Amino acid sequence: MATPAVQDERPNYLNSTHGIRSWLLTTDHKRIALLYLMSVTFFFFIGGLFALLIRLELLTPAGDLVMADTYNKLFTMHGQIMVFFFLIPSIPAILGNFLVPMMIGAKDLAFPKINLLSWYIYIFAGGLMLYCIVTGGVDTGWTFYTPFSTAFSHTQVVEAALAIFINGFSSILTGLNFVVTIHRMRAPGLTWRRLPLFIWSHYAVSIIFLLGTPVLAITLLLVFFERVFNLGIFDPTRGGDPLLFQHLFWFYSHPAVYIMILPSMGVVSEIVPCFSRKRIFGYEFVAMSSIGIAVIGFLVWAHHMFVAGISLYAALIFSVLSYLVAVPSAIKVFNWTATMYKGSISLDTPMLYALGFIGLFTIGGLTGLFLAALGVDVHVHDTYFVIAHFHYVMVGGAVMGYMGGLHFWWPKMTGRMYPEIWGKLAAVTIFLGFNLTFFPQFILGYLGMPRRYWEYPPEFQVWNVLSTAGASILAVGYLLPMVYMIWSLRYGKIAGDNPWGAAGLEWKTQSPPITSNFEVTPEVTWEAYNYDEIPAPEEVPVG
Amino acid sequence: MAETSALATQEHEHSDLQHHFADMEQQKEASTLGMWVFLGTEIMFFGGMFLAYLVYRLKYYNEFATGSQSIDIWLGTINTIVLICSSLTVALGVKAAQRGKRKLLIVLIILTLIFGLAFLGIKGIEWYQKYQEHHVPGISFNISDIQAAHPHTPLNPGHAQLYFSLYFALTGLHALHMIIGIGIFLALLWMAWKGRFGPDYYTPMEIGGLYWHFVDIVWIYLFPLLYLIDRKHIP
Repeated sequence: MATPAVQDERPNYLNSTHGIRSWLLTTDHKRIALLYLMSVTFFFFIGGLFALLIRLELLTPAGDLVMADTYNKLFTMHGQIMVFFFLIPSIPAILGNFLVPMMIGAKDLAFPKINLLSWYIYIFAGGLMLYCIVTGGVDTGWTFYTPFSTAFSHTQVVEAALAIFINGFSSILTGLNFVVTIHRMRAPGLTWRRLPLFIWSHYAVSIIFLLGTPVLAITLLLVFFERVFNLGIFDPTRGGDPLLFQHLFWFYSHPAVYIMILPSMGVVSEIVPCFSRKRIFGYEFVAMSSIGIAVIGFLVWAHHMFVAGISLYAALIFSVLSYLVAVPSAIKVFNWTATMYKGSISLDTPMLYALGFIGLFTIGGLTGLFLAALGVDVHVHDTYFVIAHFHYVMVGGAVMGYMGGLHFWWPKMTGRMYPEIWGKLAAVTIFLGFNLTFFPQFILGYLGMPRRYWEYPPEFQVWNVLSTAGASILAVGYLLPMVYMIWSLRYGKIAGDNPWGAAGLEWKTQSPPITSNFEVTPEVTWEAYNYDEIPAPEEVPVG
Repeated sequence: MAETSALATQEHEHSDLQHHFADMEQQKEASTLGMWVFLGTEIMFFGGMFLAYLVYRLKYYNEFATGSQSIDIWLGTINTIVLICSSLTVALGVKAAQRGKRKLLIVLIILTLIFGLAFLGIKGIEWYQKYQEHHVPGISFNISDIQAAHPHTPLNPGHAQLYFSLYFALTGLHALHMIIGIGIFLALLWMAWKGRFGPDYYTPMEIGGLYWHFVDIVWIYLFPLLYLIDRKHIP
């Protein structure tokens, strides 16, 4: 880590100790966050590479770039890497790890060694996943549907299932650490009603980590046993029930969608008040809607199975429950909008991402309602409409929030500003590239193009060319921050402790923080987001 | 008041206090809550398998009931008693640790370890019986002996294999937790030997005990579900 001479004068968590051992054996939540940042970014680019190959294959109607079998592996591994090794750990393990103790005025997470252990589990599982890829990959789709995955696929299902099984324990330990830390380690005066909304959303995420992930673990363990010992638990020829697998799988994997989006919502709830210079509108509602999403999110899983043979009455109930999730989600969108109303808005890079999030998440969320409607779902089930919908939520939502948060807290993490002009350029590039990639897929899906095929009828080509063009723009948009953020580590402007004039305890300590975060444990006597009491930064930093 | 603050300073200097906690009280609360939360995840972990069990038991009742009758109920009963005894020694051990009674604590932990190992040994005998009877799912799986014992109830070998798959998966997962528990109690034995526990520090014993009780409770559910499905005669 290249830290320039100017910063070395003040001791901080980056220069307190040196050498590779001091990083690999660290129990400092801030260093572990940076370890996660590097490894999660690595998997993001691996997953992105698969996405690019998928889009290149779909540039032409004929299956000409890769074989059909290879294509199956590409979309499977794109999904598995992006979901389990990028999206799920992204904000909680990087920003959450860094910020949860700082935002509540604690010196560290409750269990620092377990925090380090969770990173090693992640690395071990990631290594196993890479081994699975280089030894031939897996072609079941990221969902591992049985009996294809247990009885028919000749690919590396066992390795992939084991990798994701192990990786789950990394999530569980992170969630456990967050829950205990938030309950037991808050600074004096920091009541539940004064907590930043980032903390509330991470609390909600932790609940899902803790209650959902073990179910996925046991499901994949059963798949593993079934393949290795030939048991027949999910094999219909021997009385097993594939639907049971789908129920168990989606019991985790639908709430997993909220694992991806809730932290982003927390980030947006921090950014919007800061760049509107206003207290968040309806604090209690935003906080409780996070918990609401986590709770209702556990009751909607079977909307993935409307055409899989569940009873009509079950489908009706799950359809209604899925509609219910829209209520807390809409509360958030309306409250962010109301926060901006008559605010003093400045459009810095984090705010651009936050605005992008609000718009794209709204589209992603509303198309989710189309899919929750039984009739429409039968029509667009397993088409590109579904692909476009969940990419609007996961990429347009979750990744936008992640990028916004990374820019917002970058000065705190590194002590340096990223170049603002490049930041804005990248944010706009990502927004345009994203829409060009995925909006055509809504149309393709509505026209009837099914997902997971390497070939398609020629009349769909125009939309596919647009989508592939968008994907290349998106790739440039993601590479830009990679370059200028590394650049800023050495050449960026010195940030100061609170460049945004932001509320929140993390801004009341130095940048980068000292190893124990605060010289003296702070005592909180104010409400969250008290922007009427904080002066705006004198000069908006410009790159 | 002066007394409490003096106590607080004393606690501040306690050698077992980690740097990021304000005092021993906070550290103990955090560790205990951490274990409770972890046990919550364990419930969900076993829960998935219990659900699979429930689905197939309702669907294939005859195979499950006859399969259940083929298991030695006496071994299961003895194991239940053994585990309940171990829970007693653990509960007494937590009290002994709290009161700083080193010798008593060491004896109780060793008794717990003996009960735990006895459970695993008896479980091993039971599994070996099933292996000899060709009731282990796989290529040599065969239920002709169970079918012969119930000639008037046609049994589907695939469905019976589901019962035994779940039997081995559930008891195997439980045994794995027992082995981890024995590892934890070996560590606690070492700590007790060193005289680490006393009135102001016995958290490891308490959360180790929580874990042990949890593993016992899982067995309290497994025993009726796997051994006592239907004890009346099936023709």
